Amino acid sequence: MNDMNALRAEVDHRYKIGELVEKRDDLAFLECGKVDIPDVLVYLRDHQGYVHLSFITCIDRLEEGQFELVYMLRNHEAKHDLGIKTYIDRENPVMESTHGHWAAVATYQRELREMFGIEFPGCPRVEESFALESWEGPPPMRRDFDTKKYSEETYFPRPGRETNDPADHMKKTQYPGRADL
Amino acid sequence: MKTKSVKTVLPNLDLPESDKGYFCDARPEAVEPVKGIWENFLNWARANSLWILGFGTGCGAIELRPLMTSRYDMYRFGIQPRPTPRQSGLFVIGGYASVKTLKRIVRSYEQMQGPKFVLGLGSCTVNGGMYWDSYNTINRLDQYIPVDVYIAGCMPRPEALLAGIKTLQKQIMAGEAEGANDYARNFDWYKANQKKIIKDWNMPDYNW
Amino acid sequence: MTLWGQIGAAALSIFIFTNFGFLLMGSMAQIRARVQGRIGQPVYQPYIDVIKNNARRTAIYHGVMFYLGSVFRLAGGLGTFLFIPVVLGSPLFANFSFSGDVFLVMYFIFFGQLGMALGAGQSGHPYSPIGVSRGLAQMTAFELPFSLAVIALALKHHSLSITTIVQAQQGGIANWTMVTNPLAVIAAVIAFLGMSMHNPFSVVIAPQEIPIGPPTEYQSSLLGMLQTNRAIFNAAKLVLYVNLFFGGASAADGIIYSLFDALLPMVPVWLGVISGVITMMVKSFLLYFVTVFVGVSFPRFRTEQSIRYFLLVPTLIGLAGLILARI
Repeated sequence: MNDMNALRAEVDHRYKIGELVEKRDDLAFLECGKVDIPDVLVYLRDHQGYVHLSFITCIDRLEEGQFELVYMLRNHEAKHDLGIKTYIDRENPVMESTHGHWAAVATYQRELREMFGIEFPGCPRVEESFALESWEGPPPMRRDFDTKKYSEETYFPRPGRETNDPADHMKKTQYPGRADL
Repeated sequence: MKTKSVKTVLPNLDLPESDKGYFCDARPEAVEPVKGIWENFLNWARANSLWILGFGTGCGAIELRPLMTSRYDMYRFGIQPRPTPRQSGLFVIGGYASVKTLKRIVRSYEQMQGPKFVLGLGSCTVNGGMYWDSYNTINRLDQYIPVDVYIAGCMPRPEALLAGIKTLQKQIMAGEAEGANDYARNFDWYKANQKKIIKDWNMPDYNW
Repeated sequence: MTLWGQIGAAALSIFIFTNFGFLLMGSMAQIRARVQGRIGQPVYQPYIDVIKNNARRTAIYHGVMFYLGSVFRLAGGLGTFLFIPVVLGSPLFANFSFSGDVFLVMYFIFFGQLGMALGAGQSGHPYSPIGVSRGLAQMTAFELPFSLAVIALALKHHSLSITTIVQAQQGGIANWTMVTNPLAVIAAVIAFLGMSMHNPFSVVIAPQEIPIGPPTEYQSSLLGMLQTNRAIFNAAKLVLYVNLFFGGASAADGIIYSLFDALLPMVPVWLGVISGVITMMVKSFLLYFVTVFVGVSFPRFRTEQSIRYFLLVPTLIGLAGLILARI
C-alpha cells in the first residue's frame, strides 16, 4: 500500500528500529528497542496519523527467555494497522508505562500485569485485580504455568472424565474401517 | 438474646470490625419438613410456583430468556423470573462459573430463603465442560452449593431446560429436593470448599 | 345488626372479595398471556404463589418497622375495603360505611404506601427507597385527578357519603355518574390506571427488574401478606370506583333481577343480595378489564413522564368535570 518503507526510514532516522515486516497491504510490524517505545508511539501518533491504539498484547517467548510486547496502532485515514514490537527480559519483566499516551493503556497494562506478571511502574490502578480476584498463584498466562495441574489440584475434578481427540473420535465412531482417513 | 451456644456463632473473621454489626453471625439451621399430606400439599405449591433468580452467571443465561417467550412460555408452569434473591426459590447456574462469579453465586444462594433449589445448566457445571483445565473456572458446582438437577450439554436447548425444571418439580413433589437442609447440615464442608478457592473472603461467613 | 354480626358480615365480604381479587389477578394474567400469544399461567396461580410464600421455611426480619411495613400495607387494603358499602341496601355487605366515608377511603388508599415506605426504609436495601419514591411520586400525581373527580361528585350530590352517592345513581344507567358527569369519570379512570399500576404506569413495581419496587427485601410470609393485600386492595379500589362512578350494586336492582323482572315481588331477600354481589363483580371485572386493555396496548412511562401526564391531561379533564358539576 502506501510507502511503508518511507515511513520506516522516517522512524529509523530518529530512533533505532528493526526491519519492517509487511504481512498484508493493511498490516505491518516494526520492531523497536524497549527504551524507544514511548517516543516511537508518540511520534507515530502525532506525526504519522496512527491515532488509535487497538490493543497491547504479550507473547511469552519461553525458549528465548523473553516477553514480546506488541502495541497495535491504527491509522484510520490510511486504513492501516501497524504493530510495534519489542522484547523485554522474562526474568525481570519491567516495562515503561505509556498510560499518558492513551487513557486505555492503563487497563491493558493492568491486564498484562495480572496475566503475565509484567510490571508497569507508575501506571494508575495497576495493582488492582483485573479479571482474577484474589489470585495467588503465578501469572496464569505464562507458558510455564501448568493450568491443567493447577485446575486438578484446586477445583475438585470429577472422576471418570474422558477426553477424546476429535479427529480420532470421528474416525472411530463415524467412519469405522476407513483406512484412507 | 445469647441463648445459643458459642459454637453456633460464626466468627465472620474476614470482616472488618466496623462492619460486623451489619451482618448476622448465626449459622444456617436445617428445618425438618413436616411429614404427611400437609407437606405434600406444600411441596405441590412449591413445585408449581418456582421463581427463578434472574442472575445470569454464564453463557447459559442466554437460554433462560427464550423461556419467557410465547414459544416456550414457562409461565404456564408457574415459573417466573424474580429480580431479588430474597423472593426467588430456584437458582439456575447458567454454564461455567469462574471463581469471581462463584463468590457472587454463594452470596446470592445464601440470601435465598429455604426451601431453595439449584439447577446446574450445561456441562460446565457438571465437570467443567470445555473449561475443565482452566485456571479460573470451577469444575464441579456441587462441591460449593448443593445442586438438585444437572442438565448436560453445551449449551442445552431451552427444551432441555424445561425438561430439567419438570424433573425438579417431580423431585420437589416427592420431597427429595432438600438442598437447603443439606447445605445447613454440611455447612462446614461447603464453607471449607468455598474458602479454598475464594481467597479474598471479604464477606460474612453466612449471608442469610 | 349487632357489633358481632357486623364483624361477621365484614369478614364474609372480605373473604368473598379477597378470592374475587385473586381470581381477577389470575384471569387478567391469562388474558395478558393470550394477547402475547402464550398459554399463560393458570387462573389459580396467585393462590399457589401465596401458599408457596407463606410455606417458606426460613425468613429474615430487619426490625420492627420492616415487619410493620407489610402489616400497614395489609391494613391499608383492609381499611379501604371495610369502609366501602359493597351492595346498597344489604346490611350484610354494607361493611362499616358511614357519612363522610369517602374521605377516609381516600386516606386509606395512601396509607398502605406510606406504611410500606417506613418498612422498606428499615430493610436498608438501596432499591426499596427507589421504588418507594417512585410510588409516592406517582401516587401524589394521580391523587389530583381522582380528588377532582370525587369533589365533582360531592358537589353534585352534596354529600361525602358513598352510600348517598350510590343511592343517587339508582334507577337506570341514565343516573350513573358515567352519564351525568362523563368528564369526571374519564379523569378518575385515568387515575385508576395509575392506581392499579399496570402499564403504562407500572414503573413503581417494575416487575422482574432490578428494583422490584418497595418490596425488594420482603420475602416468605411477609411477601405473602403483600400479595394477599394486592388482591384485597384491587377488589377495594374496584368496588369504590363502581360505587362512585358506575352505579354501584343494589340488592334491589341487580342483574338477576332484571332477568326476572316479572318475578320481582316473589324473590327472597338473599337472592337480591347475591344478585347485588354478582352485579358488583361483573362491573368490577369490566372496569378492571379497561386497565388490562390499556396495559397490553401501551409501553411503560418513566416516573417523570407519568407525573407530567397525570398533572396535565387528567387534571384538566377533572377540572372540566368540576365545572360540569357546578353547571
